[in-house]
Amino acid sequence: MADLTTNFLGISSPNPYWLASAPPTDKEYNVRRAFEAGWGGVVWKTLGSEGPPVVNVNGPRYGAIYGADRRLLGLNNIELITDRPLEVNLEEMARVKADYPDRALIASIMVPCEEEAWKAILPRVEETGADGIELNFGCPHGMSERGMGAAVGQVPEYIEMVTRWCKKYYDRPVIVKLTPNITDVRKPAEAAKNGGADAVSLINTINSITSVDLDTFSPEPSIDGKGSHGGYCGPAVKPIALSMVSEIARAEATHGLPISGIGGVTTWRDAAEFISLGCGNVQVCTAAMTYGFKIIDELTAGLSKWMDEKGYTNVSEIVGRAVPNVTDWQYLNLNYVAKAKIDQDECIKCGRCYAACEDTSHQAISMSDDRVFEVMDDECVACNLCVDVCPVDGCISMVPMTAGEVDPRTGLEVQRDYANWTTHPNNPMAKAAE
Amino acid sequence: MAQGQIAPGIVSGRLSSDELTSNFTDLHPPLAPHEAAVAADRCYFCYDAPCVTACPTDIDIPLFMRQIQAGQPEAAGETILAQNILGGMCARVCPTETLCEEVCVRETAEGSPVEIGRLQRYATDSVMVGGSHPFQRAAPTGKTVAVIGAGPAGLACAHRLAMFGHDVVIHESRPKPGGLNEYGIAAYKSTNDFAQAEVDWLMKIGGISIETGSVLGEGVSLDGLIENYDAVFLSIGLAGVNALRAQGADLDGVRHAVDFISDVRQASDLSHLPVGRNVVVIGGGMTAVDAAVKSKLLGAEHVTIAYRRGRDAMGASRFEQDLASSHGVKIMTNVQPVAVHGNGAAAVIELEYTSSHDGKLSGTGEMIRIPADQVLKAIGQNLDGAPEGLKLDGNKIAVSGAGRTSMGGVWAGGDCASGGEDLTVTAVAEGRDAAMDIHATLVS
Repeated sequence: MADLTTNFLGISSPNPYWLASAPPTDKEYNVRRAFEAGWGGVVWKTLGSEGPPVVNVNGPRYGAIYGADRRLLGLNNIELITDRPLEVNLEEMARVKADYPDRALIASIMVPCEEEAWKAILPRVEETGADGIELNFGCPHGMSERGMGAAVGQVPEYIEMVTRWCKKYYDRPVIVKLTPNITDVRKPAEAAKNGGADAVSLINTINSITSVDLDTFSPEPSIDGKGSHGGYCGPAVKPIALSMVSEIARAEATHGLPISGIGGVTTWRDAAEFISLGCGNVQVCTAAMTYGFKIIDELTAGLSKWMDEKGYTNVSEIVGRAVPNVTDWQYLNLNYVAKAKIDQDECIKCGRCYAACEDTSHQAISMSDDRVFEVMDDECVACNLCVDVCPVDGCISMVPMTAGEVDPRTGLEVQRDYANWTTHPNNPMAKAAE
Repeated sequence: MAQGQIAPGIVSGRLSSDELTSNFTDLHPPLAPHEAAVAADRCYFCYDAPCVTACPTDIDIPLFMRQIQAGQPEAAGETILAQNILGGMCARVCPTETLCEEVCVRETAEGSPVEIGRLQRYATDSVMVGGSHPFQRAAPTGKTVAVIGAGPAGLACAHRLAMFGHDVVIHESRPKPGGLNEYGIAAYKSTNDFAQAEVDWLMKIGGISIETGSVLGEGVSLDGLIENYDAVFLSIGLAGVNALRAQGADLDGVRHAVDFISDVRQASDLSHLPVGRNVVVIGGGMTAVDAAVKSKLLGAEHVTIAYRRGRDAMGASRFEQDLASSHGVKIMTNVQPVAVHGNGAAAVIELEYTSSHDGKLSGTGEMIRIPADQVLKAIGQNLDGAPEGLKLDGNKIAVSGAGRTSMGGVWAGGDCASGGEDLTVTAVAEGRDAAMDIHATLVS
């Protein structure tokens, strides 16, 4: 059995799965249930400054996007930070940490962008015995209107400044949670690093309106006929999160900065992918909100089984394994030539590949009167759309051509050597090979 | 108190009213909206979809599936009804397992097709429940067409003609319109008097009148129709039934399966409908299966289908055969009736085993006797009462093109006409296509 024990910033947890700061981690009761179920760690629901807590709406806080069988694909929420008093949360955190010393407990914090506010709350958090803090610079709704959350996360200078305050008044690890509602996620990551952050976590939720009620013309979720953009999460956002994580992992300025991966982790496979793109661990929310805490059994068993099959004994061996393979388009090998190949034994003759190719792509699939679909190599550009729309797993595959063969589409011989756009003759900026 | 399955002879009330009610509920209950959405989502939206090719009425099945997925079952229903105005009945009675669903690529892929029939019912029901009629009549043309027979072909023809603005008079020999939809279809496939509700809904197009009790050859003649109408469409079905050539075929208890089925369909109280203890159905088609299953549902103890050829040659689909088997009907193949024995009334049927050589069937000489107080003959129907002067093709009215008979101004479709399978859906297609041709002829 692979060892799932993870050490992230010196914080040990029995597995790499933490519950993200969100509704599931709002209070002692939930967190105890999570730890009993087997979760490795918890980022407590974001704390605000002392005083009257925030209030939430008294109508729907969530909206969803479904697949056909109401499989939840995306979730949107407009819940704010914790609406319970600070001291209650701090007392509960201390009790829980004392009872579960082997689990990670992180305090998420969002207070006004003033040094005094951070200076006031940090010692009190430290007293709870929490293993570290996560700065909520990502929450896109509600709090951002008050100059917090994403409003800070969208200004790298603020991130650096606040991170610096935190390192000044707090001794344990500081994680900066990033918003994806920004053009270039590398900039806030770099700012966090410059401010002394021990790690970044991402992504927070994405600005979203899940749907519009076509009777009332109110956005969903609707509060008395009005809607406000909320934060989108769940399986639908995973590709966006993976990309942002990879950008930070491979950028020169932030390479090596520990990352806690967040965004649509639903199965062990998602977690393995995040970790391979440079994450030291992952945080989960929507999957738990959809199915309950028991999914941790599949998440841990699945990752462990895969690691055993691959011969990995520790999660740290996987971290960043895919990062070297993430590159810029300009460095992709233009001498790599593949052709789609349809396995006629697997084909069920639905013709989706044909419709997709004929209507929307390169007219590279032929259809006979008796519904035999075949790829025309002299037209196929290997775009993969046929593979993507084929309902049969493994029926169409992309087969690379070997060097020396002639590509019937271009009439050119497939070259053995790697060559990319930077040296391509069509590129006006190409540098002559020397 | 119910008589029970083992009461001898042909008696009514074998089962309690509750049991009968439960036995004759929907074979396939309607889909709930969520079920329908999930079932429709299984459709791959095939290019040039095989299911459409397999449908005699060319319903755009992938389109209506997508309309269900997109939350507009009424629009899906309109897509269906535009091609097949009796799409509601066809959804219930079509042998989809040998048509659209047989060629569904998911049948190929996983042996489990998209449930096209049930989804078609979901879509058409949503139109009919709303009570609206989505088709409109064109401006009156002043032309009047006679349609003979208010079965599926006649109704489909009449509706399409009415849409074009022609007036239509349907002459129907029986007391109610609907044809086999009303008198012939298995009761467990068309519950809650659906056939009549469908006719009522169809008539909302306007411009169609139905004269029931109007029999061709009795007061109505083809010559008279040709004289009084601008065109005539014959959809008279197969009114004759084939005779059973076996000794004792005239004994009490021996009757035509279609009459038995009609009695079941028209019964206001099934507990008053008599059925034998030991029922033997002669034949191998859908009528045989329907009669056998109904006998069982009415409480017969033993029901046997006796068919002279092998299983593969049965007209009933494998699904229908399995339906019979699952209801406890025994299917005997390669046996032919030789005699019905009994003192005034049937008691025993004598069957001879058969073998087939080069397609020719012959008795082997080996006999088997099984108890039979009721024998139902389901050995086929024939054209009866076709007007003089029409060219026939075998025992059907010869047609060419879209139902053109040998006489000018006279079209024919449905079971009485040559070509196509004797299915409701085929009859609808033929009626519709003949209407298109009649319209083209009338306005040219």
